[in-house]
Amino acid sequence: MRPKFQLLDQALIERILEEAFHLLEDPGVRVASSVTEMLRAAGITVKDGVAHIPEALARRLLDLAPRGFCLYDRSGRPAVRYGGDDVHFDPGSSCLNILDSETQQPRPAVAADLARLVQVTEELPQFAAQSTAMVCNDVPAEIGDWYRLLLVLWYSKKPVVTGAFSAASLHTLIELLAIESGGRGALRNQPRAIFDVCPSPPLNWSEFASQNLVDLARAAIPAEIVSMPLAGATAPVTLAGSVVQHAAECISGIAIHQLAQPGSPIVWGAAPAIFDMRTGKTPMGAIETVMLDVACAEVGKYLGLPTHAYMVAGDGCVIDAQVEMESGMSAVLGALAGINMISGAGMLDFLACHSVEKLVIDAEAIASAQRLIEGIEPRTDSLAVAMFAQTGLHGDFLKLKETRALFRKEQHFPSAVIDRGLASMDGATPGILERARLRVEELISAYERHPLPPEREKEMIAFAEGEASKAGLEGLPAVLTPEYVPEPGLI
Amino acid sequence: MPDDTFSAMRQSIIDGAPDTASGLAQQAVSAGIAPIDAINIGYVPGMHDVGEQFARGQMFLPDMMASAEAMRAAMAVLDPELKKLGTERPMAGVVILGTTKGDIHEIGKILVGTLLTAHGFRVHDLGVDVPGEKFAAQARELHADIVGVSALLTTTMRNQKGVIEALAKAGLRPQIKVIVGGAPVTRRWADEIGADGYAKDAMSAVALAQELMQQKSQATAAEPV
Repeated sequence: MRPKFQLLDQALIERILEEAFHLLEDPGVRVASSVTEMLRAAGITVKDGVAHIPEALARRLLDLAPRGFCLYDRSGRPAVRYGGDDVHFDPGSSCLNILDSETQQPRPAVAADLARLVQVTEELPQFAAQSTAMVCNDVPAEIGDWYRLLLVLWYSKKPVVTGAFSAASLHTLIELLAIESGGRGALRNQPRAIFDVCPSPPLNWSEFASQNLVDLARAAIPAEIVSMPLAGATAPVTLAGSVVQHAAECISGIAIHQLAQPGSPIVWGAAPAIFDMRTGKTPMGAIETVMLDVACAEVGKYLGLPTHAYMVAGDGCVIDAQVEMESGMSAVLGALAGINMISGAGMLDFLACHSVEKLVIDAEAIASAQRLIEGIEPRTDSLAVAMFAQTGLHGDFLKLKETRALFRKEQHFPSAVIDRGLASMDGATPGILERARLRVEELISAYERHPLPPEREKEMIAFAEGEASKAGLEGLPAVLTPEYVPEPGLI
Repeated sequence: MPDDTFSAMRQSIIDGAPDTASGLAQQAVSAGIAPIDAINIGYVPGMHDVGEQFARGQMFLPDMMASAEAMRAAMAVLDPELKKLGTERPMAGVVILGTTKGDIHEIGKILVGTLLTAHGFRVHDLGVDVPGEKFAAQARELHADIVGVSALLTTTMRNQKGVIEALAKAGLRPQIKVIVGGAPVTRRWADEIGADGYAKDAMSAVALAQELMQQKSQATAAEPV
């Protein structure tokens, strides 16, 4: 039996949906002018920039959205399965700062930091996908979004959770993906990336977000709606009320998306938070935030849709017990809730800062969560009697062939980040931060870049250099580095 | 009798009761209490109490919003009376507020604006999704002392730097103080982008604005004549 965590019963979910459909009609949803005609053509009343979506039509459009789809790694393997109760993790996205590995003080992230984080993520099996985790402060802001993706595609074979910073730059990101995949057709057949698209709470699909939904749908690139109600600030203070708003934002986003291209893949995603009434901060590690994440996903699952949530992030400014308690707790609850993609690992300080050291610690919490959802299996015909028949009351279970055959399935073995007494055997017990640092170095040492086929690599570099030079960027930071030796005649 | 009235005014702010605050202001006007006294002895101490209780964690943001609403209700009665008398409440400074380009969140900014107004600042709220150039143009036109830039998202926080650059490009940076705030904003970030100050919440934004105005007046006084 797979263990599950559930917060809402069917009656409450149906009540949430009933109110969400009510909101879609009254007061309606603010939408961009660029989608107004498309919505009107479908029979939706749009007045003064506000769409009033009838429930029957919204339900029909929800039914068009696929119940599941895959993201593929570079080799063409389906590496992430959206839908059902499959659970995957990826690092948090779009962070401005990095906790410097040496000083453990936050500083603006640069391209080399993202390259390092991608390499560490690549080596950690706990992460099924990469993310465009940081905003690189050494890259001009106007090309910041596609440059992050370039770095991830350069250093990783895993699928990517990403997003555009503007409607215009989305096309550059898609072009990069198409080059990497070997053409638009290949990208469409085996999507390598999913794009986060965020409505602005409450109930507002901006020009940028609306256009992203339409463009992604028409390109058949998966989109992930990341609705962000802040309970008590940009959403009702009650958790149930915020879940209603979240549902209305997701349903309206799916309506726009499916009208643009029926059947295009889309995810019911969430990054809700409570609004701390003492500070105005949005604590990602608060238990109520985690409850919102789980409840939002439950509503999506009830509709049969793939799900996403923002979890495994802590709020303290340094790696400490608080941050890891918050991150570990939400990793476990997110996994038990069966959320398809859980983003946020590595992040702290209210999502303002990333840390590679935290990422490797979070990976241990994720591994434990992954073990937890495997549950307890009856792996032998007799659960215990047959083994007792062999050992009697001597209790020499260590000698049994069953022990040797099954202990690896029953027990998860964490890395040296988790102190299980291995280090102290040598007489020294470094603290968690030091153990994390050592683990990062170990993973970086083990990392090996797998180049693209030379022609594709050449095309990608030429494209990136062309786009970068338009923005006044010389060279490609953290890509064309001294240690990178291109194939002869490549550049 | 006025002492009781002033005390009730103060309490109406602490209770966040706009109807009571407005009613007491009307009573004060009818009773011939000087509007400036009602403000300075009655209502403003209430806002100070609220600020102190908020800082101690005894009051919360919704309480403060209600208190600010009560202050606004009282001022709606008292401001016209001040004008009739040909007087004005001494103005603490001119502040331009806005949420940075690409960001449409404004709760924090509204709260800051309300409290600054309650503390005697003249506040011009430019709204949300405001480009740096608009901040600069309005700051010039309205002779702003302080520009406050809010951002709720890590992605839009970067645009706070653009506002500072726009002010510098317009040649306004020497005479205008820039303060930044918002959920993802930190003191370190404020230092990095060259802001003059960072406020972690609305009450500290008031204290920061008052401190910056003091710095401005000291700098002006120190200038050679």
